[in-house]
Amino acid sequence: MSHHLILRVVAKFLIPLILVYALYVHFHGELSPGGGFQAGVLVASAFILHALIFGLRKTRPVAAPGALRALAACGVLLYAGTGVAGMLLGGAFLDYGVLAADPVAGQHLGIVLIELGVLLTVSSVMLLVFYAFAGRQKPEAQ
Amino acid sequence: MDSLIDVVLFAFLLVVALAVARGRDLFAGAMLFGMFSLLSAGLFLIMDAADVAFTEAAVGAGVSTVLLVAGLSLIGSEERSKRRGNPLPLLIVLATGAALIWGILDLPAFGDPAAPANHHVVPRYLERSGEEIGIPNVVASVLASYRGFDTLGEVVVIFAAGVGVLMLLSGRKRHRQRKERGL
Repeated sequence: MSHHLILRVVAKFLIPLILVYALYVHFHGELSPGGGFQAGVLVASAFILHALIFGLRKTRPVAAPGALRALAACGVLLYAGTGVAGMLLGGAFLDYGVLAADPVAGQHLGIVLIELGVLLTVSSVMLLVFYAFAGRQKPEAQ
Repeated sequence: MDSLIDVVLFAFLLVVALAVARGRDLFAGAMLFGMFSLLSAGLFLIMDAADVAFTEAAVGAGVSTVLLVAGLSLIGSEERSKRRGNPLPLLIVLATGAALIWGILDLPAFGDPAAPANHHVVPRYLERSGEEIGIPNVVASVLASYRGFDTLGEVVVIFAAGVGVLMLLSGRKRHRQRKERGL
C-alpha cells in the first residue's frame, strides 16, 4: 500500500501519536482506565500500522523478530522475577509490600515493574503473531 | 437515556451479527466482526466497565481484525461452498442460545448491591485499597496487586499463545529442508 500518498502521510502523522498515547495509557493506568495490557496492544498496533502502510520489509529492521522474542520472554521473567524478589525479601510470592521500606512505596514499585512486564510481553507477542501471519506467502506463490 | 443507547447498540449488534451470518464475502465478515467488537466495547462502557471496553476495542476491533485480514490474504476472501437446507446447525445454535438465556434468568440483577459478587472480597478491596496500595484506580490495584497471581497467569497465557503461533506458522524452513533432503 506504499503508493497511497494520503495513507502514507496520515500514517506518518498517526504513528507517533499512537505511541505517545500508549505511553499515556501505560503510565496513567493508576489513575484512569488502562495499564500495561492496553498499552501493549497500542504499541503493537502502531508497528502493525507501519507494516501495513510501508511494508513488512521496512518494519522488521525497526522491531526485529529476534529481539521481540527475547522481549516477550523478558516480560514474563520480569513479572515472575518481581514475585520471586518479594519472596527473597521475606514476603509471599508477588507480595510487593516488602520491596521497599515503606509498604505503600513497595506496592508502587511492584506495580510499576509488573506493568512493564505486561507491556513488554503483550506488545512483543501481538507483533510477533502479526509477523507470523503477514510474513507468509500465499501457498500458490511458494 | 442509558436504556435508549442500550437498545440502539443491541439493535446494531443484531444487524451486524445477521450480516456476518448471511454474507459470503469473508473480508466483509472480518470487518463486520471488528464492528461487532466496537459495539460490544460501547456496551461495556455503558456498564461502566471502562477497562474491559478499552481492551475489547483495542484487541477485538483492532488487532484481531488485522489478524483475520492477514489470514484472509493467505486463503482468499470468498467462501467456497455453503451447504443450505441443513437444519442441524440452526437447531444447535438456537438450543445453545435458549440455554444461555435460561441461565441468565438466575443471575442477580445488574449492579445489584446484594449480589454475591459484591460481597465476598470486594468491600475489603474498596475500603483498604487507598491505604494499602495508594493508587486511585481500584481496578488497577486489584489487577496488579491483590490478584497479581491471576494477571501473571494471563501474561503467561499470552506468551504461550505467541510461542504456539510461532511454532505453527514459522515451520516453513524445516519443511523446505526436509524436501531438499528428499523426504
